[in-house]
Amino acid sequence: MTSKQLLTVKGLQAKVDEKDILKGLDLDVKPGEVHAIMGPNGAGKSTFGYVLSGRDGYEITGGEVVLDGKDITEMDIEERARAGLFLAFQYPVEIPGVSNLEFLKAAVDAHREAQGLEPLSSKDFLKEAREASKKVNLPAEFLKRGVNEGFSGGEKKRNEIMQMLLLKPKLCILDESDSGLDIDALQVVAEGVNSMRDGERSFIVVTHYQRLLDYIKPDYVHVLSDGKIVKSGDASLALELEAQGYSWLAEMREADPEEMHREVSE
Amino acid sequence: MTEEIDKALARKYEAGFVSAIESETFPPGLDEEVIRKISAMKNEPQWMLDWRLKAFAAWQEMETPDWAHLNFPVINYQDISYYSAPKSMADKPKSLDEVDPELLRTYEKLGIPLIEQQMLAGIAVDAVFDSVSVVTTFRDKLEEAGVIFCPISEAVHKYPELVKKYLGSVVPQKDNYFAALNCAVFTDGSFVYIPKGVRCPMELSTYFRINEQNTGQFERTLIVADEGSYVSYLEGCTAPQRDENQLHAAVVELVAMDNAEIKYSTVQNWYPGDEEGRGGIYNFVTKRGICHTNAKISWTQVETGSAITWKYPSCVLKGDNSVGEFYSVALTRGKQQADTGTKMIHLGKNTRSTIISKGISAGRSNNAYRGLVRMNPGADKARNFTQCDSLLIGDQCGAHTFPYVESRNPSAIVEHEATTSKVSDDQLFLCQQRGLDPEKAVSMIVNGFCKEVFKELPMEFAVEAGKLLEISLEGSVG
Repeated sequence: MTSKQLLTVKGLQAKVDEKDILKGLDLDVKPGEVHAIMGPNGAGKSTFGYVLSGRDGYEITGGEVVLDGKDITEMDIEERARAGLFLAFQYPVEIPGVSNLEFLKAAVDAHREAQGLEPLSSKDFLKEAREASKKVNLPAEFLKRGVNEGFSGGEKKRNEIMQMLLLKPKLCILDESDSGLDIDALQVVAEGVNSMRDGERSFIVVTHYQRLLDYIKPDYVHVLSDGKIVKSGDASLALELEAQGYSWLAEMREADPEEMHREVSE
Repeated sequence: MTEEIDKALARKYEAGFVSAIESETFPPGLDEEVIRKISAMKNEPQWMLDWRLKAFAAWQEMETPDWAHLNFPVINYQDISYYSAPKSMADKPKSLDEVDPELLRTYEKLGIPLIEQQMLAGIAVDAVFDSVSVVTTFRDKLEEAGVIFCPISEAVHKYPELVKKYLGSVVPQKDNYFAALNCAVFTDGSFVYIPKGVRCPMELSTYFRINEQNTGQFERTLIVADEGSYVSYLEGCTAPQRDENQLHAAVVELVAMDNAEIKYSTVQNWYPGDEEGRGGIYNFVTKRGICHTNAKISWTQVETGSAITWKYPSCVLKGDNSVGEFYSVALTRGKQQADTGTKMIHLGKNTRSTIISKGISAGRSNNAYRGLVRMNPGADKARNFTQCDSLLIGDQCGAHTFPYVESRNPSAIVEHEATTSKVSDDQLFLCQQRGLDPEKAVSMIVNGFCKEVFKELPMEFAVEAGKLLEISLEGSVG
């Protein structure tokens, strides 16, 4: 597993509403690694997750994305998902009237179908679903409720992690999964993630704050600024950022007259 | 998403085939002579003919109602044929073996086998083909329980006292334009009588099929549940795919005597016309039930077909403590138009009514809920709860809500809730990111939206209704 890449992102450029957001992003993720992506608001952190998952309106204008040996840039959202890419949402949306169980079963079966497997029997699925809900500390009754319907912020995030547990993706992208969580919920989310670390599965943890990384120890920390990764390091970089904030990024740009000129003109 | 919605228009209508069956069909046109001919075909007694002629005279004085949120050309009633029956039915087959096999195949193709051994146990079917009832199954078994379930044309002969007493007792001849027309020209339909204290041992259902071109279908259903009895009745309908519009003007009357309960479910899938609005059934239907003391009537409808739907299944809550319910899912797509809802007329004390309406609009369709809740002076402590939800798919369709509330009793309580939502990009994205293809995602979201209504349907019908929505929405996203 050492030299194999799970995800290779090279010179990725993307625009949203005619505005360039990603401007040449490079990232290599090997199986089993946890990468944290930090950076100020508006740096393109969430955009990165949406671009990887293929969301409509997030248009790739350059570069390449290779997941597990396959170029995914032309694949549909659901094909990428079935290929093992999972995005845990910052603000999970509600789907009223569609029970969590029904939704999860359909999702699991769609993944299995893509792998040439038969759908799970209801009994086996129910067993797995109950175990998963226990792991993320959601009472089993949540399985019967509508997807995220009337859930609190913390319950929604735990529901995302439960979906991740059941779908067993190769690459999990957590988009600000810590936002709006109290410490207890944060720990549940982190435990769910940590329980899935098996040396093969990889994680990209997108976060504004360092505190989630107290619970999910990253192998690498990257700073994303203005659509590019401007600095990479190990876990200690996150602590440094916590102490210093992101103001040094502005200083870095000020040192570059061309960058500064652009900033002023905007 | 708009582009994806455009693809919605490439949908298919699985019941759109035509059966090659030789029929005896009246030439188009409507006058007194035609009505006499219909009556003669059915060998009706004089009182029945007189009743028809009286209705016809009234109809000629009436005008097409124009208050609905619908747009359609003037219907020329002289262009329609008012009677069509398979020739093989002329000598009244005595058993299934004598029924034209092509007729049986038609129903089989529609998923309704009429051979009792192949049928879902527990559902008796009356199959109405154009203007006549072809077969009514499980009659012997029902007769053992004292339940009468037969074509209404037969009931006129066999049970004239019951028919005379109740026909037109809930929907009077002059009730409205389309009801009056139906009274004059109705051809067949089902008659149900449940005796006192009997719980009908199986679900009863009527399956209506229009086959012949340029004919109208005018069926008449009358269900009487005597004191303390119970019946669950299902109704389904389909028609071939044609470029011309066809008229369907039915009347359904329900009578629930003291302590009786009637549950009436409809899955309406008449041909809706193509994406440009060519063809399709004009569905103008009057359905009403009367509840005596402690009685209950529950209407559940899933409306996915027809070019135009004009339909307001209603309850007259006459007896004290009686209960009326209306659960509806109406789906419109392409250029379909629906104006549907209910009337709950509270006359008795402590009467209660519940209205749950789910409207789904896609394509360039228009979907309107129209409902009336009336609390009469005698309706002490009566209660109504209404919930009207609209779901929009795409940005070229319309949803409209016209609730009317008339309260003449200060102790009555009326509640109304309404919401409008869209199938959002966020919801679709979540589903797709979890591996679902977009069509499965939309049908799941829509099914979730309809859940409160689907749970009111008998199980086999709930499954059918779910599938129907899936077919209807096929290709609604790219």
